Amino acid sequence: MGDLSTLSSNLLYAAFFIYLIATFFFGGTIRDKGKGKSRVAGNIGITITIIGFLTQLGYFITRWIASQHAPVSNLFEYTTFFGMMLIFAFIILYFIYRVDLLGLFALPIALLIIAFASMFPTEISPLVPSLQSHWLYIHVTTASLGQGILSVSFVAGLVFLIRQVDQTKRSKHTSWLEFVIYVLFATIAFIMVTSIFGAMEYEAKFQAPVNGQQAEITYGVPAIAGPADGEVISEGAMGPLFEAPAWMRGQDAAKKLNTFLWSLFGGLVIYGLVRLILRKRVAAAIQPLLKKLNPELVDEVSYRAVAIGFPVFTLGAIIFASIWAQQAWDRFWGWDPKEVWALITFFFYAAYLHLRLSRGWHGLRSAWLAVGGFGIIMFNLIAVNLVISGLHSYA
Amino acid sequence: MNEITCECGHINPEGTVLCESCGKPIEKNQHIDGNDQKELLNMRYDGSARRSQTYNRTIIDKIWNFFSSVKVGVWLIVLTLIASAVGTILPQEMYIPPNVDAATHYRDQYGLLGQIYYQLGFHNLFSSWWYMLLLAMIGISIVIASIDRFFPLYKTLKKQKPKRHELFMKKQRVFGTTESDQVDVERFKKNLKKNRFKVYEENGHILAEKNRFARWGPYVNHIGLIIFLIGSLLRFVPFFYVDEFVWIREGETAMIPGTDGQYYMKNEEFILETYDESDERFKEAIQKQGGPIPKTYQTDAVIYERTDEFIPGKEPELKEVKTASAKMNHPIKFDDYALYQASYQLNEFKEMTFKIHDKENEDSNYGEFTVDLTNPKSEYELESGHRVVIDSYFPEYEMKDGEPVSVSKYPKNPAFVFHVYPPGETSPETSFLGIGMNIDATGENDYKLGLVNFDVRDVTGLTVKKDFTLPIIGLGGAIFMIGVIQGMYWNHRRIWLQPKENGVWIAGHTNKNWFALRREIDKVIDGTHIQKPVDQYEMKD
Repeated sequence: MGDLSTLSSNLLYAAFFIYLIATFFFGGTIRDKGKGKSRVAGNIGITITIIGFLTQLGYFITRWIASQHAPVSNLFEYTTFFGMMLIFAFIILYFIYRVDLLGLFALPIALLIIAFASMFPTEISPLVPSLQSHWLYIHVTTASLGQGILSVSFVAGLVFLIRQVDQTKRSKHTSWLEFVIYVLFATIAFIMVTSIFGAMEYEAKFQAPVNGQQAEITYGVPAIAGPADGEVISEGAMGPLFEAPAWMRGQDAAKKLNTFLWSLFGGLVIYGLVRLILRKRVAAAIQPLLKKLNPELVDEVSYRAVAIGFPVFTLGAIIFASIWAQQAWDRFWGWDPKEVWALITFFFYAAYLHLRLSRGWHGLRSAWLAVGGFGIIMFNLIAVNLVISGLHSYA
Repeated sequence: MNEITCECGHINPEGTVLCESCGKPIEKNQHIDGNDQKELLNMRYDGSARRSQTYNRTIIDKIWNFFSSVKVGVWLIVLTLIASAVGTILPQEMYIPPNVDAATHYRDQYGLLGQIYYQLGFHNLFSSWWYMLLLAMIGISIVIASIDRFFPLYKTLKKQKPKRHELFMKKQRVFGTTESDQVDVERFKKNLKKNRFKVYEENGHILAEKNRFARWGPYVNHIGLIIFLIGSLLRFVPFFYVDEFVWIREGETAMIPGTDGQYYMKNEEFILETYDESDERFKEAIQKQGGPIPKTYQTDAVIYERTDEFIPGKEPELKEVKTASAKMNHPIKFDDYALYQASYQLNEFKEMTFKIHDKENEDSNYGEFTVDLTNPKSEYELESGHRVVIDSYFPEYEMKDGEPVSVSKYPKNPAFVFHVYPPGETSPETSFLGIGMNIDATGENDYKLGLVNFDVRDVTGLTVKKDFTLPIIGLGGAIFMIGVIQGMYWNHRRIWLQPKENGVWIAGHTNKNWFALRREIDKVIDGTHIQKPVDQYEMKD
């Protein structure tokens, strides 16, 4: 069994690097277009992407065999799978519209998601009774596929915005676009900070009251925000700059806040450096590379992704979820935060689809909605699990 | 009715924007679809006469128009979305610990925010009247908007003729003219059929159409939603919906609530299994968890049906119906009911055996007595002549404000105040006994009580459900899915070809995905000498 799970994680590493290589080939298509109709770089790019996808599928299958249950049962497994579904959805839309440059953005975002996933505990965990059902993989994989397809809509929306937003003057559009880019940088920062201190085996232990009892809290990164009324107990560890407010509850609330702050600051540093080198807005620097793209085509890709993804998401995240909930918890709907946020996602894209009926909601507005939808999906994945939590916090 | 006769001879209902037959814009109605402001025709509902756009006089018209508006629909969706998000800021009341006062809980746990949240009723947001009202308004909007659009659109698409008015052609988004005498119409038709278009012809005018059924997708999915909402409403009717909860101790038989006394269940055994810590696969995860991880919750049960008339106080006659186990994800089903493994209590005390001995000598024994903790006797006579009276019994004992109290009626932490009457005595000695506690209140007792033995058992908690709304809700969900897929995965496309003196005109329309339509047109004009039409819509952002 041990060998199989090692093989499994190696396949995931391999897939990660294969996606990275594919990204470069999609990058190569920027020049490709200039020389006319050659599709060499794009064809190589998509081929490598498919190889990467199959490799990751190998990870998924071997891990399934090793753990004897579908590897979608904790935050690491689910998020990795979500990254894989984003790639899969990209491949589908690539073959409908053949927009090479979409790959240049879709793959890095999938990479970011997979790297992000690896920051959470990766060991194979047993299934608690409520998860022991075939519906685990039926519901979770379908919901995740739906989210993956909807995320392609975000990728296309982002490409559209970078291509279309007027960069000659500062506006709400340019600022929000920079903010989206900053959030991506902050995610990179989170991954870097967590991996660097993880590699250094950094540890700082605190003693602090949690729900009225003294508990030991171990930080994996230096404390900016320490636990409320906490005391450093590891020797030589950096004391916190300030204490987390006392109303933040739960064993790890302060720790999470601390990592969050690190990510925000890290993101600022990366963004600042990039701005310093580029000497203009990040989106403004990318814009010229996308000049050859037909904005209307990108808009259609974004819409098409919602049109394809919405039914899949509804089936997986609402209908299959209800059937399973009826079996496991005796009610098909219980207003658990995860359920509510799935409903919010449903409402949001339903509103999007209705707005597309009206004039004036294509193009920029539509692209912003796609970005917002992705924000909701990520909120449901991350914030609901780590902050709000409820029946679904298995991570 | 002020019917409108078009120059093609077709009679259109009042409010028509584009002639149902030839598509000619009806001049006085162009403002309805905003065509007067634009170069291109608004083809969303094919210029059909919709009630909401035609009448606006009576109060009924106004209500109708309000609910049939997509804008209103979107607003309702957005408001519900925001309300739902607010409902997740703090846990809903059903997720806070039971037996606590909600008002204090929200204040103590979440401070001012919690207090405001509670005051505004957000702790029960999803069952609040205004949330229900929002959902109901969405329901009404779905019905009215669908009726408003479906029937006119259906009629128009049924009555459309291949021969179109010139203005209609020119004002289509995809339009092109070809001046050539070499146009190969036969090949064009063959190409269309190869691409699965249905081809209609009228004096050389061609209409090619595919996937009209995709246009009905939205209406089908709206029907599904309505059925779903009706199903949810029926839950308020007791006949359709039973939701009860029952605790049953191991070895006990109890009536199943919600079944009108018809069914009983015996709890043979409750089983809680945890994962083996030496399992290679999960070793790491279990260590990290720092405690055992549960593997199974299971109740082995026997279901009985009462065979005799229900008479209060009479012991029921029971007939075994089935033996089964209720597990997570595997409820026991019988008749129309289902029993779900929902909760459990481990090691509840069943009985305790005490002995009386000399205070100074633990080995002496004046006799033993056993207290059944769910049904204690008030007095126990021992053979040695000692008499023990239970003065007070606290099933789940706790000290509150210096007073012993019981926080529940379940024997989880039993404690007693015993009065021991030595043989022949009339004034008792008082002892206070609990788990790990044996207090001689006066300090003058000669005898002492000691715990000899105890028995524990598990209690299982099961939900009892009967739900006739499930098939209705399931049907609604299924119809919704069919409708969404029908509307989203197929596109309604039409291509018109009009013969001209020297060449042809071509126009195309799709309800969505214009790029794909243009690619398809490229395919069907291949080799026909028809010029590629242009997309007259320019993105202006």
